[in-house]
Amino acid sequence: MGAAPGGAAPAPVPIADERLTKISTTARILRRPELGALLAALVVGIFFTTQNSLFAKLDGIANWTDVGSTIGIPAVVVALLMIGGEFDLSSGVITGSAGLMMGILAVEVGMNIWLAIVLTLIAAAGVGFVNGYMVIKTKLPSFIVTLATFFILEGVNLGVTKAITNQVSVDGIDTAPGYSSANKIFGGSFWHPHDYRVTVLWWIAITAIATWVLTRTRVGNWIYGVGGDANAARNVGVPVARVKIGLFMTTSVVCALTGIMIALRLASMQAGQGVGDEFTFIISAVVGGCVLTGGFGSAIGASLGALIVGMAFIGIQFSNWNTDWRFLFLGVILLVAVLVNNYIRKRAEGIRG
Amino acid sequence: MKRLIGRLLIAVLALGALVAAGCGGSDNDNTTSSGAAAAGTSTSKAAQDVDLTQGSGLTIAMVTHSDEGSFWSVVKKGAEQAAKDEGVKLIWSPSNNDPQKQAQLIDAAISQKVDGLAVSVPNADAIKGSLAKAKAAGIPIVTLNSGAEDFKALGAITHVGQTEEIAGKAAGAKLKEAGAKKVLCVIHEQNNIGLQQRCQGVKEGFGGDVTNLQVKGTADIATTQTEIKSKLQADKSYDAVMTLNPDIASAAKTAIKGASSSAKLATFDLSGQLIKDIQAGSVLFAVDQQQYLQGYLPVVFLKLYKTNANTVGGGLPVLTGPGFVDKSNAATVAKLAQDGTR
Repeated sequence: MGAAPGGAAPAPVPIADERLTKISTTARILRRPELGALLAALVVGIFFTTQNSLFAKLDGIANWTDVGSTIGIPAVVVALLMIGGEFDLSSGVITGSAGLMMGILAVEVGMNIWLAIVLTLIAAAGVGFVNGYMVIKTKLPSFIVTLATFFILEGVNLGVTKAITNQVSVDGIDTAPGYSSANKIFGGSFWHPHDYRVTVLWWIAITAIATWVLTRTRVGNWIYGVGGDANAARNVGVPVARVKIGLFMTTSVVCALTGIMIALRLASMQAGQGVGDEFTFIISAVVGGCVLTGGFGSAIGASLGALIVGMAFIGIQFSNWNTDWRFLFLGVILLVAVLVNNYIRKRAEGIRG
Repeated sequence: MKRLIGRLLIAVLALGALVAAGCGGSDNDNTTSSGAAAAGTSTSKAAQDVDLTQGSGLTIAMVTHSDEGSFWSVVKKGAEQAAKDEGVKLIWSPSNNDPQKQAQLIDAAISQKVDGLAVSVPNADAIKGSLAKAKAAGIPIVTLNSGAEDFKALGAITHVGQTEEIAGKAAGAKLKEAGAKKVLCVIHEQNNIGLQQRCQGVKEGFGGDVTNLQVKGTADIATTQTEIKSKLQADKSYDAVMTLNPDIASAAKTAIKGASSSAKLATFDLSGQLIKDIQAGSVLFAVDQQQYLQGYLPVVFLKLYKTNANTVGGGLPVLTGPGFVDKSNAATVAKLAQDGTR
């Protein structure tokens, strides 16, 4: 620009740059990555309400938001990582590792549970750092690096647990000092007699924080940048390595927090806990509009994806369908959700301009 | 947008059709399949534990750690048959060895206001909170399969299952009867307490020389087979091998042949192949925990409790095993196994 010297600026001419063209409100809403997930969630929710009215009642909602919350909390950070262009296949198993570590520190070592939680989260941050550092340094795909971490943690979980407790699980976490206060904050429930899980509040809070970071802060721009095109981002001065390592660390810490919540609630942890859950987190993010190539997606979308998984899981029980077909139903529902989302996004892109 | 909604509707309808197709079988098994009817019958349940005015129309939820494998499909069949015979509605909720899911599914059953709850208890700590909630809501509980040690503490009416040590004792006695002198007891999972208890029981029932052998397990049958073979080659005096799983029994059968040993073979739990081996004489007998009963009886017990205030077991577990399958009844059992009830 700079074509208007002096005071008398000419009336604004139509701008040629297509990034600055006005977009209709409809198109802007349609282009939100989470819109498809929202519609899919509504469809799934209405569908299950027609199967059994309990699904939409306070007691029923408490059940599926509970299932959704322990999927949604990790799914949000997994989505951030995916927007940043990376995967973490160790995100499921680290929930188990964290629960076991906290349990062993509290029950076998006799530590106060709060101290055990802090040490566990620090260890998880360490695992995340190693994941991120390895990905950056070796330039290997994060699939490979975190798959290795997955196996290492799975082995450590079983080996260490057996060596220390002589069993495949840690029991009696509720006997550790500090348990009741920690459980109130991480594992308890509220709103008697419906018993909503406190994890639901954590889920909402973490979704809100992640959304704020993504949409309102510089770091959020960086995350979209490194996921969209890491080289371009580096060229405009984004600290790519720091952003990615930070994302891996956040993912590990929040997943570990989820594991701690589960362990406190159950008062015990089995060595196999969490194995396979990483795919549930990733599918939640994808249902919510994240793409596998990075650079696109939202935190709310991932939460809605987790909500759909939770609704399907409990909805299938409430509907009393033959559970032999449970995973078929779950797969079909997820596929429908992804298709709805994709369809809407394609349409939105068609409207653009 | 209209076209979009149209397509969404089609997707939902397609899903509904799928559901209808999938559920046809289970709906036919239950006399009442409408959720509204079931909810209506249980409105006064919170007020009192036992409401003798209730007849059929009860809803019973069975929330197990089931993995949908061959063992649990027989439990399910038993529960479905009992629901049909007793005229109650059954909600079958497997949780694939995930204690968190099991707790969540128990919570869901409580919200559904079921009239009775049957649960397996592989991990008492993980579900005791949910079971306490069920108790507070006045829902009677029966434990099944695992949980013989915990059922009283959890407030269950009774437990339906096999206690490992008693089953082991009976198996050991049967080996002695068959004239064995020295037994090799093959443990295929490290630190599985139940398996240790089985071999301990075999030792007590046999009253003679029983050695435990830890092997690699079902994930690596080839190595397991070599391990058993090497053991038999190294010590020719073993004249009986006791395995604790039908797949390991198959491996042991080959190992005995490979070691040119004449040891007799017996095992815990059944499989189709195993019944054939028993008929052919290469396996002496199988200890059968009759898991069909573990599905069937809890439904009956809960119905009796709700309608007639009956309790079973007198504070002790109700044992479903050990039953034995040997040459004398293998043909009968083979036929039943084909129907999925053994």
